Formats: sequence, C-alpha cells, structure tokens
Amino acid sequence: MITLFGPPEPTLAERLKKSVSRTREVLTMPLGELLAGGQKIDEALLKKLETALLSADLGVRTTREVLAALREEAEQQKITDSGQVRAELKKKLSGILCAPAARNGTVESAPMVIFVVGVNGTGKTTTIGKLANRLRKDNRSVLLCAADTFRAAAVEQLEIWARRNGIEMVRQKTGADPAAVVFDGLAAARARGVDVVIVDTAGRLHTKSNLMAELEKMKRTAAKQVAGAPHEVLLVLDATTGQNGLAQAREFTEHAGVTGLVLTKLDGTAKGGIAVAIVRELGLPIRFVGTGEQIDDLLPFDAATFVNSLLD
Amino acid sequence: MFETLTEKFQRAFKNLRGQGKLTEEHLDVALGEIRDALLEGDVNLKVADELLASIRAKALGSEVMLQLSPDQQVVKIVRDELGSLLGDQSKPRYAAKPPSVWLIVGLQGSGKTTTTGKIGRWLQHNGHRPLVVSTDVYRPAAREQLAQVARGAGVACFPAANLSQPLDIARAALREAKLSASDVVLVDTAGRLHIDDELMAELAELKKELQPAEILFIADAMIGQDAVRSAGEFHRRLGLTGIALTKLDGDARGGAALSIRKVTGAPVKFVGLGEKYDALEPFYPDRIVSRILGMGDMLSLIERAEQTLDRRKAEDLAKKLRREEFSLEDFRDQLQQVKKMGSLEQLVGMLPKIGPLQNLPKDLDVDERRLKRVEAIINSMTAAERADHHLIDGKRRKRIARGSGTTVQDVNDVLKQYMEMRRMIKQYGALGRMKGRGLGKLGSPS
Ligand SMILES: Nc1nc2c(ncn2[C@@H]2O[C@H](COP(=O)(O)OP(=O)(O)OP(=O)(O)O)[C@@H](O)[C@H]2O)c(=O)[nH]1
Ligand SMILES: Nc1nc2c(ncn2[C@@H]2O[C@H](COP(=O)(O)OP(=O)(O)OP(=O)(O)O)[C@@H](O)[C@H]2O)c(=O)[nH]1
Ligand SMILES: [Mg+2]
Ligand SMILES: [Mg+2]
Repeated sequence: MITLFGPPEPTLAERLKKSVSRTREVLTMPLGELLAGGQKIDEALLKKLETALLSADLGVRTTREVLAALREEAEQQKITDSGQVRAELKKKLSGILCAPAARNGTVESAPMVIFVVGVNGTGKTTTIGKLANRLRKDNRSVLLCAADTFRAAAVEQLEIWARRNGIEMVRQKTGADPAAVVFDGLAAARARGVDVVIVDTAGRLHTKSNLMAELEKMKRTAAKQVAGAPHEVLLVLDATTGQNGLAQAREFTEHAGVTGLVLTKLDGTAKGGIAVAIVRELGLPIRFVGTGEQIDDLLPFDAATFVNSLLD
Repeated sequence: MFETLTEKFQRAFKNLRGQGKLTEEHLDVALGEIRDALLEGDVNLKVADELLASIRAKALGSEVMLQLSPDQQVVKIVRDELGSLLGDQSKPRYAAKPPSVWLIVGLQGSGKTTTTGKIGRWLQHNGHRPLVVSTDVYRPAAREQLAQVARGAGVACFPAANLSQPLDIARAALREAKLSASDVVLVDTAGRLHIDDELMAELAELKKELQPAEILFIADAMIGQDAVRSAGEFHRRLGLTGIALTKLDGDARGGAALSIRKVTGAPVKFVGLGEKYDALEPFYPDRIVSRILGMGDMLSLIERAEQTLDRRKAEDLAKKLRREEFSLEDFRDQLQQVKKMGSLEQLVGMLPKIGPLQNLPKDLDVDERRLKRVEAIINSMTAAERADHHLIDGKRRKRIARGSGTTVQDVNDVLKQYMEMRRMIKQYGALGRMKGRGLGKLGSPS
C-alpha cells in the first residue's frame, strides 16, 4: 500500500511561526497576555475569549459551544485560573481537530488517484504542484491530469507546475469534457505504471448543481478505470474563508466524497478557524496546510501548531 | 435546521405583539439575534458591534411609528443603518485627461484577472476603448490567463512579452494606450498578501508612476473576519478608491462588504456574479443588506419584476402575495412571466437558502418544452381545480394527464412544483409584512 502522508516535519512549527510573527506587526491580540495566568475566570475573560475565537472565524455556534464547556468546567471548579483556560481551550480544539480518522480508500493496485476539488481560486492547482513535489521527494512517480478545461490558461498553469516537478501531464483541448481528460489521464498512468495521478479540477461554487454533477461524472469515470478510484478527494479551502466554508465542505462532501482538507494561504493573517467547525461537523481530517506560493510551501497538518496560532 | 433570522426575530418579538411598545429588554434580545446573523454573514465582529450600538441608540431614541409594529421598526432601523454604511451607488472615476489608469489589486485568487476582463468588456459596452495588461510576472501562466480572458471578453490586451518588470510593463502599456487611443488602461496585478512588504511596496510604486484614477480592491465575497485586516492594509498603503466583490453567485452572505467599506471608506463599485465575462453588475446596496441579514434578495427580485411584469399583473400578484392566495392559474401566469424575467434559477438564487427555502430544487429550470407541458396540464384542469388544487385527486389526475397528453407523473410533478412555489410565496408574504414595505410596492417603483 502506498502511504502519502508522513508525520509532521520539524519545519512546520517554524514556518507557521514565521508567518505568525509577520502577523503580529499588523495585529496585536492581547489574548496571550490575557491567558498568561493569575487572573480569575470571569465573564470579562470569557467575553475576550469569545472575541478571539469569533475573530478567527470559528463561527458563532462552535465558539458558543466551546465556551459553554469551559464555563461549565469553571463553575465546577475544575479550572480556576486564567492560565488553565488556555491549556483547556487548546485541549478542546486539538481534540476536535485530531478526532477524524483518515478516510482515504486503500489502493489495491497502482495508480493511486487523487482528486483536488474546491471553490474558485482557493489554491487547487498550486497545491497540486506542491503535492507532486512532496511525492517526488518520497520517490513516487506522479502524473498530473489537467481536468480544468474551463478556466482561461488553467492547463498552462498546471503545465508549468508539471515542468517544475519534471513530471508528465495529460491534457486535452480547452472546453473538452473533463471526464474524458480523467479517462485519458488514468489510462496513461496505467500504461506507464505511474504510482500517483493527481487530477486538477476547475474551481466551482458548491451551489451550482450542474458543476457538482460534472464532478460526480468524473469520479465515475475514474472508478471505471482504476478500482477504488479516486482514493483521495482533497477539498482545498482558503484560510481567509469565513462561514461559507462550512457550506462548501458540506456540498463537496455530499457530491464529491471529500476525504480530507487542505487549508491554504495560512501564511497570511487569517486563521482558518472555519476549519474547526468543518472538522467538527463533517469529521474530515485536515491533511495539509499551504503556507506560500513556492513549491515547498505545503506541510502536513499539525493540530498543536494550528491551535497555537489560533490562540496567538 | 437553522432558523431564519425572520423566524428568530418573530420569536423574539412574539410576546410583544399587541403590547405595541418597544422595551429595552426586547430590543436587546432582538439585537442579539441580529448580531448572530451579522457574524454568520461574515461581518467583522468589531464592525458588527459598532453597528449594533448605533442601531440600539436609534431604536431607543426613535419615535414610535404607529403604522409599524415594533419588530418592523427594528428591522427598518437595521436596514437603514446597514444601507447608510454601504452608501449610495457610486460611479467609476476617470482621469481628466485620458488614458485613465485603473489599478486592479487584491489577495491571491480573489478574482482580479477575471474581473479585469469583465470590467474591460463593461467599459467597451459603455463606449470606451479599454486596454488590459497583466503585470503578474510571478504566478505561473498569469499573463497567458489575462491574454485568454481578454480574447474571451473581446478586449484589447497589451502582450508585453519581452518585459519582466511590472513597472516596465505598465509604462509600455500606457505608451501603447496613447498610440492606440485607448482611453482606459486596466492594470491587472499579481495576487499578494497585505503583509508582504516587498510586494506591497511594488504596488505603491506602480501607483506613483501611473497615477491611477481608480485603485480597485477585488475581494472574494466568501472572505471572513480577516477582511478588515487585508483591506485595511491595502488601503493604508495605496488609498483604495473602490471595491469589487466577486463570487456573489454562490451562497456567501457577503458581510465582508460592510467590513471592507467600514475600514476603507471606499464604495463597492462592482459585483461579480459568475465566471463568464458578462457576469458583472453595478453594486446595489439594498440587495446586499437583505442578503447579509439572510432575508433574501427581495429588492432585486422586485426590481426585476418591475422591469418586466406589466403593472396590472404586478399589482394583482402583490395583492395575492399579501393574502397568500396563489392558485394554479397564477402559477401558470408566473411561469410565463418568468420566461420574460430570466430563469427561475436566477430568481431562486436571490432568495436565502435557509429555512423553508433550502429544500427548493436547486435548478428549477424552465426550458420551453417543459413550460409548454406545464401549461398544457394546467389548461386541462377545470376552473375549480385551478382555484383549489386540493380537489385534484387520483382520478382527476388521470383525466388531466389524458387531456394534456402527458402522464400522471407529469401532473404530479407540476402539482409538486406548484406547491413548492406556494411555499416560497408564503415566505415572501411573511417577509413583505416583516419589512413593512417591499411587496406592497411591487407595482410602483420606489
Ligand atoms: N499566499 C499563498 N498563496 C497561495 C497559496 N496557495 C495558493 N496560492 C495562490 O492563490 C492563487 C490561486 O491559486 P490557484 O492554485 O490558481 O487556485 P485554484 O484553486 O486552482 O483556482 P481556480 O482553478 O481558478 O479555481 C494563486 O495566486 C496562488 O499562487 C498559499 O498557501 N499561500
Ligand atoms: N463563480 C465565480 N467565480 C469567479 C468570479 N470571479 C472570478 N471567479 C473565479 O475565481 C477564480 C480565480 O479568479 P482569477 O481571476 O484567476 O483570480 P486572481 O485574483 O487573478 O488570482 P491570482 O492572480 O492568482 O491572485 C477563477 O476560477 C475565476 O473563474 C465570480 O464572480 N464568480
Ligand atoms: Mg486551478
Ligand atoms: Mg490573476
């Protein structure tokens, strides 16, 4: 069996830290101080926590539920000091984020097929370029499949990433049926004995039923070519996304059978807190985080680092 | 699942009915619900709290209007307050001496390149001679993308193939614009983070050199709380003159429009409603207000109706909507009107996807043939049946199917659609009353 997703690398914390320290120049969030300890837990403290969580895009509901649990623990005297609040909050959020088990299908015979899906402009194509690089470093042979036949120069964009990785890409003409490109891509991968095929799909809003149906068709085509394909369907979510992220994740999961999330653009100041709500509701694991536009700016998700940056 | 804001609101005010006076306590419950709605709609927390404070002050200080119930009064104040923050519609700016430069800026993936093509097309349709140019020398195939977008949108594009510095490219495009008598140069730029000092400095330099008439910040409608930070920083470094909100064709509430407006003071000038190059519209503050609040884009529905429906029919319908009567005959008329008004999908897209409306079939497409079939089926009913669909039992369905040359299944489908639509209408009716305006004005443009 092919495993793609190794343990977190030591660079992760450093890399996110770098982006977080850039963040501090713009923003001073008093939460670190606030949770330093030595204060009693009162409404004012909880209110400030609420502000922090809402500002990180966790959403009204998740924020409220997390805080209600904390309040209860405070009332039962399980936690008494503001310093403990931080630890407890981290524990709770990490608990949510670590809970989901991997959902990807087992690969009985190569190639492993990965679909990359999401709404427009989240970073799908770029993530594919970075993911291919990781796989290459792991000595896997990779083939890219340019199934975004709609957006202007989408194929050219992916082609540059293929070239950067020194790998092949299967394409058809602009406007071609994306399912036909999937068919060609998987056929080529099988003929060449490639380990992994990554399929780039056009960005689409989850509310467009015809486009969601198109994804379903692409999946069926893949399954006919390779047993169990696609083995992994990665939903790429932009960390700047607000509450709409939840609707995106719901619809893509229903129509495309999402198996995991990639959270991109975490190198900005957005915290990506909506991912917490998504993981909680849909039980999807976050697989990777994107921290820039360069080829090695993709890292395995690490809950502890993520939660720290949420509360920073 | 989730209650709509309308429902929450009605609940919050339920005990108040008949009492007729707004107490502080009731007001605070209602404002709490509004706060949640604003936050769920991605309005920045601080912006929301400031808005609420001023809404509260206004509500308490307001004269009680006898013709409005307390909940209607609060909704009205909320609506007015959000509306006044967003400001009126605002016209694009041009330089005194052409060519005008419009600088297109924003975060990665927000829709700059696509919007550049759309604005180019829009300018062209409004009698201008635009020239577009990409200064994105970083992202793979970015310049090729704009070239293809321009071709698709039918707009001239400056290739700048042999140049590699954004400033050089922009200068060359400006020279070209003068030679070719283009009057607006749209300068697409690479996506960048507001905290990327080097790339932000690059934009400042472009601004200094080009003296743009417009610096448009392209913002994704799905953006969350961080919008104030990114937009604020772009504004601090560049002085934004306008906003374009993209991807509003989805179901994002677009509360960021309020946040961005608040931190930049710059008006929203355009909205993007799709990937096609004609999917660009001017900004209507009213629409986004009802969208953020989750009360549906009633105003835009009404506006569209005003343009197409003939006045008498509109007045009739308004009456029926108010009384929540809506017969199969009205249904048939509606479908015919819909044909004129644009697709039902488009109309449905303007309604909130929450509460009873969330189960609406996603694409109620009304193609000609299906429409004909629906008409045939309704025509095969008796007047009594059309007035009261409850009469239509199994036997009658068979008869209607025979009469219209369709199947019982088809008849069932039509009845189901009709009932669905009735449900929608009921919701409109409720909203119309809620807002204390709206549908009553269906026939008379305000
Ligand atoms: N800062 C930052 N930018 C990113 C990251 N990932 C992607 N981007 C940028 O985001 C923009 C959109 O990325 P794409 O890969 O084209 O996004 P996409 O989802 O394929 O877009 P469509 O195919 O048009 O839907 C590009 O400018 C990327 O360079 C990231 O992790 N950090
Ligand atoms: N549904 C929808 N998609 C849009 C809209 N505007 C842009 N897009 C899509 O959003 C994605 C990103 O658009 P681009 O124009 O490439 O965005 P950009 O800001 O130029 O991206 P970078 O240059 O990589 O930063 C593409 O898939 C576009 O087709 C819109 O109004 N609605
Ligand atoms: Mg792409
Ligand atoms: Mg671009």
